[in-house]
Amino acid sequence: MISDATRARINELFERYPDRRSAMIPLLLLLQEERGWLSPETMREAGEVLDLPPVRIYEVATFYTMLRTRPCGKYLLQVCRNLSCSLVGGEGVLRHIEKRLGIHDGQTTPDGCFTLMTVECLGSCGTGPVVQVNGDYHENLDVAKLDKLLDSLT
Amino acid sequence: MEERVLTRNIGRPGSETLKAYRDSGGYTALSRALKEMSPEDVAERVTRSGLRGRGGAGFPTGKKWSFIPKGTGKQIYLCVNADESEPGTFKDRLLIEKDPHMVVEGTALAAYAIGCRRAYIYIRGEFVHGARVLEGALREARAAGFLGRDVLGSGVDIEIHVHRGAGAYICGEETALIESLEGKRGHPRLKPPFPAVVGLYGCPTVVNNVETLACVPHIIERGPEWFASLGPPNNGGTKLFSVSGHVSRPGVYEVRMGTPLRALLDEQCGGVAGGRRLKAVIPGGSSVPVLTADDIDVALDFESVAAKGSMLGSGGVIVMDERTCMVKAGAVVARFYAHESCGQCTPCREGTPWMERVLWRIERGEGQSGDLELLLSMCVNIFGRCLCPLGDAAAMPVRSYIQRFRDEFEYHIRERRCLAAGGFS
Ligand SMILES: Cc1cc2nc3c(=O)[nH]c(=O)nc-3n(C[C@H](O)[C@H](O)[C@H](O)COP(=O)(O)O)c2cc1C
Ligand code: FES
Repeated sequence: MISDATRARINELFERYPDRRSAMIPLLLLLQEERGWLSPETMREAGEVLDLPPVRIYEVATFYTMLRTRPCGKYLLQVCRNLSCSLVGGEGVLRHIEKRLGIHDGQTTPDGCFTLMTVECLGSCGTGPVVQVNGDYHENLDVAKLDKLLDSLT
Repeated sequence: MEERVLTRNIGRPGSETLKAYRDSGGYTALSRALKEMSPEDVAERVTRSGLRGRGGAGFPTGKKWSFIPKGTGKQIYLCVNADESEPGTFKDRLLIEKDPHMVVEGTALAAYAIGCRRAYIYIRGEFVHGARVLEGALREARAAGFLGRDVLGSGVDIEIHVHRGAGAYICGEETALIESLEGKRGHPRLKPPFPAVVGLYGCPTVVNNVETLACVPHIIERGPEWFASLGPPNNGGTKLFSVSGHVSRPGVYEVRMGTPLRALLDEQCGGVAGGRRLKAVIPGGSSVPVLTADDIDVALDFESVAAKGSMLGSGGVIVMDERTCMVKAGAVVARFYAHESCGQCTPCREGTPWMERVLWRIERGEGQSGDLELLLSMCVNIFGRCLCPLGDAAAMPVRSYIQRFRDEFEYHIRERRCLAAGGFS
């Protein structure tokens, strides 16, 4: 169920565009933020809000990497694997996370705390290696900083 | 060489606030333009300034604006391209987070010049913080009367909205951006028709990069002649370079157009990290051909870099030292384009992952004789055969890595191991 508060935010979104369908991505990001992921039920609801058949929602949800059609851990660790980060220690960062958490790309720890994902360039190449944790960038990482970061996430 | 125009406020505390922006003369260009200049005057000044698009293609900005047809009775739209997803590029993020009002003022001026009442800033979804900063700046600008209905009593309405993307490199391509803004998959459209004629919601639309628009207030304030004089002919202004990789001081540098690449690297960035020797430099984001260490005596303007067989692109400079395996660098770059292909065109959809597989095979020491010819033939069969330039963006670098570092590729195939070690860590 979409709450009244969320409805109000959706209506604000609608005012920005001459065509409701343009609110697609902002709406899906909003729902995902609230619910953690886009379940078939959530996509159906989004379709009702936008007055579109569910397939229109599904095709968008499966196109964009930030939209998740599967549940994910409390903390999503997105490790940049593109060139600039790899040149300054990105591979070591990835290996350390894999070893410490015992998971690989796309996997979630059994307690549901962490999901690990490798991602492409995050637009932060001058301060690599970079890991994005949920919305926040963590830059210039090394093993010591990474341990401190992971210790702080529970 | 260094010339701080776009970055003049960066580093000052509170640089993202309206107050700081106004203290440095911000919004005077917009006020002046609305009072003293017609939309055509603004566009004409931008044309004379020699400003060329900073999103990658270097298309003259004033000329792009002039393609908007007059008197169609349709809405006119402006989309600000803040997708910043070309690997190695992180300059727009700096402007957005540290001087968002410059972006807002430039957007408002461009909107005025083309007769647009509603502009959208399409920002990549990962820039959560940047989107928040921009929203804040828009609220401040609206409250101060620089946006909204009847801006500064001029009778002109200008509204700007932030629109977040959700992770797709292809949405930086202008027609994919438009599709995405319409709530669809980011599939590029066939051109023509160009967005200037049929763009957002079927209406005339201009798409400009963040840095391009950030130049506009300065052109209006200080004059097109001053802007043009900062660089070589037809390359007006300064340019932001995002420098990363094996370099002592990575970061965003603002220099005059035409500054030699060697000076940027040695004098501004402190040279190669650890005093190592340079092997290769990508001058304009990962989609442009790589340069060797012998090529860096090149002026950083559109024509000079093209004369060296590469492109100025987005100004994303990636530095690789002597330890870097060029086969691996090529494979990492190819992986990106394979991952980001939207899947519409067969040569790109099938070709980019195939190139990636062959490159990793060579990298692992499992290459076969004939693999280099195979890769080069794939480049030929992708290049120029797709709806949008994403396929080219994969083929150009791969071909250049093989052509310029062929001995390394042959060594990998023959000896089944690498000549270089330690570049990746
Ligand atoms: C695959 C691809 C990705 C692109 N990504 C970006 C981008 O992230 N940011 C950008 O400003 N332009 C990008 N462009 C260029 C845009 O299509 C467009 O030319 C540019 O935004 C025009 O603005 P300008 O004239 O101010 O440079 C990309 C182009 C292609 C083909
Ligand atoms: S390469 Fe990692 S942020 Fe760009």
